[in-house]
Amino acid sequence: MHKKKKRLIFRTIILSVLVITLIFVLIINFQRNNPILAAGDTAPDFMLADLETGDDIQLSENHGKGVMINFWATYCEPCKEEMPFMDELYEKYKDDGFEIIAVSVDRNEMVIRNFYERYGLSFPIVHDRKGAVMRAYQISPLPTSIFINPDGTIEHIIKSPLNLEYLDSYIQEILPN
Amino acid sequence: MNKIKCECGHINHEGTVLCESCGKPIKGNQHIDGNDKTKLLNMRYDGSARRSQTYNRTIIDKTWNFFSSVKVGVWLIVITLIASGIGTIYPQELHKQSSLPSSQFYELEYGLPGKIFYQLGFHNMYSSWWYITLLALIGISLVICSLDRYVPLRRALKNQRPKRNEVFIKRQRLFSESNKVSGEDKAQFINKLKKKGYKITEQDGHVLAEKNRFSRWGPYVNHIGLILILLAGILRLFPSIYFEDYLWVREGETALIPSTNEQYYIENEQFIYEVYDRHDERFQEALKNEEFDVPSNFQTNAIIYKVKEEVITGQEPELEEITRGEIRLNEPLSFDGITLYQQGTQLQSEYKTIDIVIRDENGQSIGNFVFDTDEDLRQYDIGSGYSVEILEYYPQFSVTEQGPSSSSKYPRNPALIFSLHSPDGDEERYFYLLEEVLPLAEDSNYDVEVASADLITASGLLVKRDRSLWLFGVGATIFMIGVVQGLYWHHRRIWIHPKEDKLLIAAHTNKNWFGLKKDIEQSIENTSITMVNDQQELDAQSKED
Repeated sequence: MHKKKKRLIFRTIILSVLVITLIFVLIINFQRNNPILAAGDTAPDFMLADLETGDDIQLSENHGKGVMINFWATYCEPCKEEMPFMDELYEKYKDDGFEIIAVSVDRNEMVIRNFYERYGLSFPIVHDRKGAVMRAYQISPLPTSIFINPDGTIEHIIKSPLNLEYLDSYIQEILPN
Repeated sequence: MNKIKCECGHINHEGTVLCESCGKPIKGNQHIDGNDKTKLLNMRYDGSARRSQTYNRTIIDKTWNFFSSVKVGVWLIVITLIASGIGTIYPQELHKQSSLPSSQFYELEYGLPGKIFYQLGFHNMYSSWWYITLLALIGISLVICSLDRYVPLRRALKNQRPKRNEVFIKRQRLFSESNKVSGEDKAQFINKLKKKGYKITEQDGHVLAEKNRFSRWGPYVNHIGLILILLAGILRLFPSIYFEDYLWVREGETALIPSTNEQYYIENEQFIYEVYDRHDERFQEALKNEEFDVPSNFQTNAIIYKVKEEVITGQEPELEEITRGEIRLNEPLSFDGITLYQQGTQLQSEYKTIDIVIRDENGQSIGNFVFDTDEDLRQYDIGSGYSVEILEYYPQFSVTEQGPSSSSKYPRNPALIFSLHSPDGDEERYFYLLEEVLPLAEDSNYDVEVASADLITASGLLVKRDRSLWLFGVGATIFMIGVVQGLYWHHRRIWIHPKEDKLLIAAHTNKNWFGLKKDIEQSIENTSITMVNDQQELDAQSKED
């Protein structure tokens, strides 16, 4: 009997090692295919200069505010459609603890400034010239909007342009009480 | 556990077909290897007890037995093979070369089969859970099959003794019976076998001559190699061991190298593109029928920097040069375990600077300005009191419903609207596109044209780290050693069995029966020992008759 028991233990150990390895590989593989950022995660910090004032804007300094990060570019047609809505709601909610950081991934600042003036925008725009912030947030389509709670966690990641109604409802979700 | 005691005194494990010691077929177990239906004994694993075929009690045992079956292993390989084949019908997601999302691409491009291909997950086969699981199951089958066969075979070969049971001898494939063989003849036979490299063991006049037993371990060595290769494949899932990425870096640009945790930057100092010289005598024959120039060199002169101190994302880090070099096709540049390969080019595809010269009505030059597509510089003082102001800039000019626009951020087809201010306060507007300048007013007082334009090349580099290669090498080497060990040597055994005044000779090998027969033939030359018969051939012949 003793020998049989030993064999069972041996088989159990070998099978366990093999099965655990398989599960481990599957988990690693699953994580690799999934985007790193999802709702509930802490938004990666970044710091870029405000195109208008030249002052640095750092995301983490906006704790306590509901922040919308909008990734856009002047060559992105759908981005242009949501900009006026963003401007309208920025004026409406900015005194309630709401902030917009519009991150342009353009190359030459000239085109951003021209755009900014033509649309008469009032919210802060930063220039991610090297695409570092875009990479940190793994942005693939433009525009992508990320709504961040006052505690710095991501509430929503929206990978399409927004109309006024939706934009309003997303902003209300992240406003501080 | 039920042990089976053989009449020779050896105690065998349950499930043993042929006694490990004397080879006598064990009653009641002959169906396992099908010996009950044939004249010859099945010598697979020397008739040892492969436990998988005997116990089947707990779930662990059942699972173990499932994977211990070679049949299951073969089916797993066949299924994986078929799946891999299907996966190559259409391109994998990574290589589909289309901006369409996969959910649309496969259906639009290949119709219904494409849709099915996508929905079953073949578009991303190599990292799909079921493909990885199939590979892992093959791995599990490999380990268990090997363990279940190696251990009993080793035991059987260790326990075998020279004195075999007569039944075992008579039921070998090669067998002969000689009458009245002299002791001299027998000694000569043994001696010649010894000279051929056989190891001789003797017991009561019974002799076992054995050669190249290690050849039997070939398959297991081979499996160890395969398992190492699978392990190397698993290690590749970790970015610290293996990753592949791609980056475009333009001439004069310093770009972040992706997948390196923002640790490394690369500067493209210069891109060199060369073609074979048509005037060179050596190439004239080869180039005769070539309509276009044939490139001879794609080269990026690169400087690699490492970040000195980490900064908040978005800030410019301080950089420190760690190496520089020329990256050519098939001549990569390596640093800190990362290798950069030259893989793509957008030759002279983007404007870096545009030099525009302004002349008065008489053709006298007033001055010029150089627009740099990367700079936000609007005002240019061109001398003599004249100045130029850039009003609009479109990097890649296009016209949409809303008017002029740009379709990307790259200055592939830049357009400019600028105004020229004269000292007396006049302003005239001009439009630049495709290296031409057009006045926007009807009667222009000036002659404005492009003096020169500087185009740059974007270099596409493959970024790769592979620290798993050595393990693939070790695995493949061990695999090959196993193959050679099992294929180029043959395990040969010859039994000499005296019985009263007769001498029984039997022989067995795992392959190359011809060679074994020749060994025996040469060793019994000039003796009265009868040459062995191939009982299998005799069997087949008698059936034909």
